[in-house]
Amino acid sequence: MSVRLLLLLLLLAAAAARAEIPLAERRSGYAFMGRDTRAMQDDDAVNPATLWVLDGEELWRRKAGAAGESCADCHALERMRGVAARYPAVRGGELVSLEQQVNVCRVERQKARAFGYESRELLSLGALIGRQSRGMPIAVEMTPQTRPYLEAGRALFERREGQLNLACSQCHDERWGEKLGGAPIPQAHPTGYPIYRLEWQSLGSLERRLRNCMIGIRAEPYAWGAREAVELELYLMWRARGMPLETPAVRP
Amino acid sequence: MARAIVQVPAQAKRGEIIEIKTLIGHTMETGFRHNDRGELIPRDIIRLFVCTYNGVEVFRAELHPAVSANPLLIFPTVATESGTLEFRWTGDNGFSAVRSAKVEVS
Repeated sequence: MSVRLLLLLLLLAAAAARAEIPLAERRSGYAFMGRDTRAMQDDDAVNPATLWVLDGEELWRRKAGAAGESCADCHALERMRGVAARYPAVRGGELVSLEQQVNVCRVERQKARAFGYESRELLSLGALIGRQSRGMPIAVEMTPQTRPYLEAGRALFERREGQLNLACSQCHDERWGEKLGGAPIPQAHPTGYPIYRLEWQSLGSLERRLRNCMIGIRAEPYAWGAREAVELELYLMWRARGMPLETPAVRP
Repeated sequence: MARAIVQVPAQAKRGEIIEIKTLIGHTMETGFRHNDRGELIPRDIIRLFVCTYNGVEVFRAELHPAVSANPLLIFPTVATESGTLEFRWTGDNGFSAVRSAKVEVS
């Protein structure tokens, strides 16, 4: 009896170990791309996301809102180094994504209207802030406050949903490296957001990318900025902990 | 003002083949797509790109609806003399953008 129990436990442990990708076997989406697309990401002069970074630099210095202040009036851009690698984070008792934090500043400090999700402005600032952390290891803060959000994000990642009844983990933990419609299935590490996706012909956020997968499995996407989306984002960032940030990345 | 990035080597040897990279922000709307209400979205593309080197045309490209958004053009030219390269994009709806870069030839 006890031997059987032990065997069962061992099997369970093996199954659990198989589910998550071992740290050393993790690969950025970059590793699954062709040579041309990699070259496009590596050279700022040909990486189309640079156009958004330039916009971001202009926005950073532009005074806005009733307060008449710019981002630069409070924050030196150099001080943004490492910031994107730490988001989503708990601020004021709430889990917020980097985009949401930008809007918190917009509304509370600049007394201006919040930027819309996926707006050119928000993407540009996201690309500029993210660019400051390029090459730095992803390091979301793990505190007793963030832990419940992380567990909620993990549960979402492993939960089957949609008409195809698939969980994120079934493709990205268990079948990465295999093909889906002729394209390699990556491990789903959010190493370079916002990304310039060739399919989109534009820059886009992690949330937009998550929507693609959710529509693909015929599930209803979370509303923009929904708590679930940010929890999933936090789990994905934690899952990619230690991997270098590539923002702004190029993806096919 | 359109956003554009051009990359030209600052220095080159006479007779050397240099690579020029240009990237410009543009939606390149094909004119074949429909919006949510089923209406055709009018075409809005860059039609022509011309590069001149001290006033002499060294590269020209006609762009068509199949060209991607944010067109990236990379082309070579021979460094003949020190001077200025001028890049000009023109297109639908009066679109026009100009950039220039200097090259020093020794």
